[in-house]
Amino acid sequence: MNIQLENTITAIVTHDREKVQSGFAPIFYSNNEEESEKLALFIAKITLGMVHNLENGVYVVVKH
Amino acid sequence: MDTFISYFMTSVFVGTIGRVYLLRVDYRQYPSYPRGVIMHLTFGLIGAALGAIAIPALIHKDYAAVTFLALAAEQFRNIRTMERENLTNIEEIELVQRGKSYIEEIAKIFEARNYIVVLSSLTTSALLYYFNNKYLAIFAGILVLIILKYIMKGEKIQDIANVRIGKIWFKNTLLYVDDVVIMNVGLKEARERILKTGVAVVLEPVDENASITLSNIGQRQAIIHDAVAQVGIKKDLDEPDFTPLARRNIDNGNVMIIFYPSIKNEKALLRAVKYAPVLESTRRSPSESGAAYKKEEAK
Repeated sequence: MNIQLENTITAIVTHDREKVQSGFAPIFYSNNEEESEKLALFIAKITLGMVHNLENGVYVVVKH
Repeated sequence: MDTFISYFMTSVFVGTIGRVYLLRVDYRQYPSYPRGVIMHLTFGLIGAALGAIAIPALIHKDYAAVTFLALAAEQFRNIRTMERENLTNIEEIELVQRGKSYIEEIAKIFEARNYIVVLSSLTTSALLYYFNNKYLAIFAGILVLIILKYIMKGEKIQDIANVRIGKIWFKNTLLYVDDVVIMNVGLKEARERILKTGVAVVLEPVDENASITLSNIGQRQAIIHDAVAQVGIKKDLDEPDFTPLARRNIDNGNVMIIFYPSIKNEKALLRAVKYAPVLESTRRSPSESGAAYKKEEAK
């Protein structure tokens, strides 16, 4: 059987440790916004997810 | 006996010709050629034979043979199931899915076409036995075919909505088409690519009925699938950002669809959307109801 999680956050990427501290999805910390974007892109490609930007320095990867 | 054979063959011929007439292999490539086509032609032939046998069976007082028609109905329901299963199986691996409503619609049409074949060969054989005139019977059989085909013809999107190109723009990370938010796009490159390759289509429903029909998710998916089948798509499996999306303006019922066509021709895209089918199962007419439009209560 093939079970997939859909419309849930697969990963959270941020450079601001204040904004995200815990959650059920893995959190990836980066050093700056550019690195966040790059990390988010990589994770999205690996998980076939889509990158969303919460416009506060936090990127989430969601599989739709 | 010879008359029987000749009448039978004539009716079967008219029915089978009907199936050929109803079978079109076009841009949708469905039924698939050549195997799918052969399959449906054979089913058409069997249907025509069942229609042709009913009247002579009645004349020979063989009432049990009429139950063949019930058998035919059962057989054609199987065609519907077969089509549904077939399309559902390949749905998973489609880049842009048809959606359940569209699959149901296609399956239903395939079943209905076989009934048309049965009815036309039944008409032909009935008239053959009644008037004993081949030309008249063939003519009537073909007339039944044409009339039923005309009745079966569904509406197109252009009948229920005005279709035009919409404006794509971004407010920070939010993708807009005209005044409706489509989605949040996180990556800068994706935003640039959307602006470069995206084409938005706006469907403006002509009335309340059309508005509710267009709000159906299956209907929207069918439009997307049909249009993508014609103009292509610039997207791969790992790029969900470039999935065509339809969103609705809740105030006026306009539906915005964003496409990433590989053939970048706005006219072609507009035409594809205009000619997409209005699905029978999604069509609603609230204006017929008394509740919504305060029709006078029946006295």
